[in-house]
Amino acid sequence: MKILTGNDLKNGRVVWWDGTGWSIHIEDAVDVGDQADAILAREDAARRVNGGYAIDAEPDPAGGVRPAHIKDRIRAYGPTVRPDLTLKPADPTAGNWVI
Amino acid sequence: MADSGNPLPQAAQDTGALRFRDDAVPDEPAVSLDAFLDQANSFSVRIEAGDDVRRLGPVLDRVRLVEIDFPKFRDGRGFSSARILREMGYTGEIKATGDVLVDLVWFMRRCGFDSFAPDMPLNLADVEAALNRYPHVYQEAADGAVPIWKLRHPDLANG
Amino acid sequence: MYRYDNYDKAMVDARVAEFRDQTRRRVEGHLTDDQFKPLRLKNGLYLQLHAYMLRVAIPYGTFNSTQMRKLAHIARKYDRGYGHFTTRQNIQYNWIKLEEAPDILAELAEVEMHAIQTSGESIRNISADQYAGAAADEIMDPRPWAEMIRQMTTFMPEFSYLPRKFKIAVIASEADRAALRWHDFALRLVKNDAGEVGFQVFAGGGMGRTPFIAYEIRDFLPTGQILSYLQAVLRTWNRNARRDNIHKQRMKILVHELGEEEFRRQVEEEFQHFLAMGEDFPQAEYDRIAAYFTPPPFESGLSEEVDRSDPDFAIWLDRQVVAHKAPGYAIVNISLKPIGQIPGDISADQMDLVADLAERYSFDEIRATHAQNLVLPHVRKRDLYAVWTALNEAGLGEANLDLVTDIIACPGLDYCSLANARSIPVAQKIAERFADQDRQRDLGELKIKISGCINACGHHHAGNIGILGVDRKGSESYQLLLGGSGDEVTSQAKITGPGFDEAGIVDAVERAVEQYRRIRQPGERFVDTYRRVGMEGFKEAIYG
Repeated sequence: MKILTGNDLKNGRVVWWDGTGWSIHIEDAVDVGDQADAILAREDAARRVNGGYAIDAEPDPAGGVRPAHIKDRIRAYGPTVRPDLTLKPADPTAGNWVI
Repeated sequence: MADSGNPLPQAAQDTGALRFRDDAVPDEPAVSLDAFLDQANSFSVRIEAGDDVRRLGPVLDRVRLVEIDFPKFRDGRGFSSARILREMGYTGEIKATGDVLVDLVWFMRRCGFDSFAPDMPLNLADVEAALNRYPHVYQEAADGAVPIWKLRHPDLANG
Repeated sequence: MYRYDNYDKAMVDARVAEFRDQTRRRVEGHLTDDQFKPLRLKNGLYLQLHAYMLRVAIPYGTFNSTQMRKLAHIARKYDRGYGHFTTRQNIQYNWIKLEEAPDILAELAEVEMHAIQTSGESIRNISADQYAGAAADEIMDPRPWAEMIRQMTTFMPEFSYLPRKFKIAVIASEADRAALRWHDFALRLVKNDAGEVGFQVFAGGGMGRTPFIAYEIRDFLPTGQILSYLQAVLRTWNRNARRDNIHKQRMKILVHELGEEEFRRQVEEEFQHFLAMGEDFPQAEYDRIAAYFTPPPFESGLSEEVDRSDPDFAIWLDRQVVAHKAPGYAIVNISLKPIGQIPGDISADQMDLVADLAERYSFDEIRATHAQNLVLPHVRKRDLYAVWTALNEAGLGEANLDLVTDIIACPGLDYCSLANARSIPVAQKIAERFADQDRQRDLGELKIKISGCINACGHHHAGNIGILGVDRKGSESYQLLLGGSGDEVTSQAKITGPGFDEAGIVDAVERAVEQYRRIRQPGERFVDTYRRVGMEGFKEAIYG
């Protein structure tokens, strides 16, 4: 599947295209099929996202979505060396998803 | 807060062209550096980013306009070209063309550019703000601005 | 240390206003990201993996307690409670919001700090010896010259868009603690036979994907001609560098392509031209700046004695404290490499503590080092125990300066959008492997440097042991390098052979280290043994 990601223009947070807007949760990412360029052009022009791009991903067996490349898994999770600063600070094993 | 300020020329308000000179606008199209050196009757020359502007030295007397092109704003060779022309004593027009960013216009003025005809028109309010942003300069360039060190040591400066 | 006058203050304030305006134009849509990017980069603002990152300049690595407290305040108010000291003596924050960046810059300006030219294709923050003004081996304090050059190179109009970044370092001793010859332009203050002070000048160094060690372009340059010479170098590069391939635009590439002699000849010609224009700053301006760097009022008659009865303190004392030029004083190195922690990271509370210690014990001065540590430059020997006690309680009492666990590491793929692999976890695992104090001390000086991509921010080319993270078919892989150095005998590390995964690289480092321990001769550091036996002396031990 193809999903879209970028950073919020104003606050820089990692965001994922959820079909109607941008979510900070990778689980909300949806397959955009061949619509990536059209959506990105529209969203960039509206300045809702900065540096948006399409990536390959696959449905996660544990539920949710798993980006194909480690860089985007780290973007989705947060810095592996600071689990306290990630989106799942209470889950000590969440970082295993990255590797 | 620059005391005398850097007001935009009136022409800018009227035509969108940005020219900081009072003399007549040269109306001959600029030719390439090679062509200019060959043609003794031409007086407007176009400098590409990779051209060596010092080749104009022997014929500087007949130059009335130098257009210096910025193929992309990331290419800063034109800054050196303009300043070298002023160092050579050239007092005619130096026009910046191509990809000119408003945020670099102040630096261009300092290097000796006195006219601007970029591919994309500049927002004149932004130009005015940019030219009046910095109250001082730290070092000399082609604009005659007095560097901070001279202001700190008025006894050493002679003007 | 240097203090702004009204001119300096007006210039920095103007930059804050300009950046506020540029940010507004971006948020309102008058600038595209392509147009805004170079503008924010010239002011140290990157877009990284998780957020914007702001790099704040610490000119020549010198700052005071007021500035450190402001850095702590920014970490708390605008970031997530910590900062990261970099390999160029700067500090950066990882969780910045674009819309708050102008306010941060305004707060920095209140304490005479800024982010001007800390990234982008510009003349970067000048780096210097972290022991400047305190070292027993310097011929003079190099920082007045670093400050002069900072002012000369701030908003230099002709060099508004250089081909690439340009890094300058200045030192004043034989010993090189600033990785001098890994810079584009490097100056060492020297005295000639007549006793006059001048610069030994190096040019064309740099790391990145094509590393070069700077060559001596001039053996003696009168100090008062530095602006002319620097402009000559910059103009020669600006006019002649390639502009078609960003990876071939650093000055080192031009020097390599023209050849050292031809580059020197062109610079010399341009230099004579600039000298004739007479733009150099006069002696009076040097004197004005140098007055800010007069030595602090050291007390006389202080005792040289230090009570070593606490064994943990004695270990720290022998490792972290070095000789000061003033009797009764010492230079204290603060390790930002506690075992298992993130190299260079420091919490806001720790920043405040270091500020307190600097104010109370070090004439209000702090230094940042290119090895991502901190220094209190002027501590009375009789206060060392109190300083250590406070540091130790705050988790800053590690005794590992220049040892195997004092690892330089870039932020890597945990933070950086350019990285191919993570650096920090590798640094943490190596440090944990060698955590034993006796083992570290037995191994002696051993500098490990880790970069998460070929841009080499972790200085892997200069590591006695270098590690380079690469992307191998979508997963992290690490190359091992040996034999690099950033000190006065500069050398470039060489790749050992095939790469390793994360666990494998830690084992490979240990095999290399153990091989050194087996074959070293008395008094040899790791790099000395490598230079004696070469790669062949290590390869079989590493790869079997």
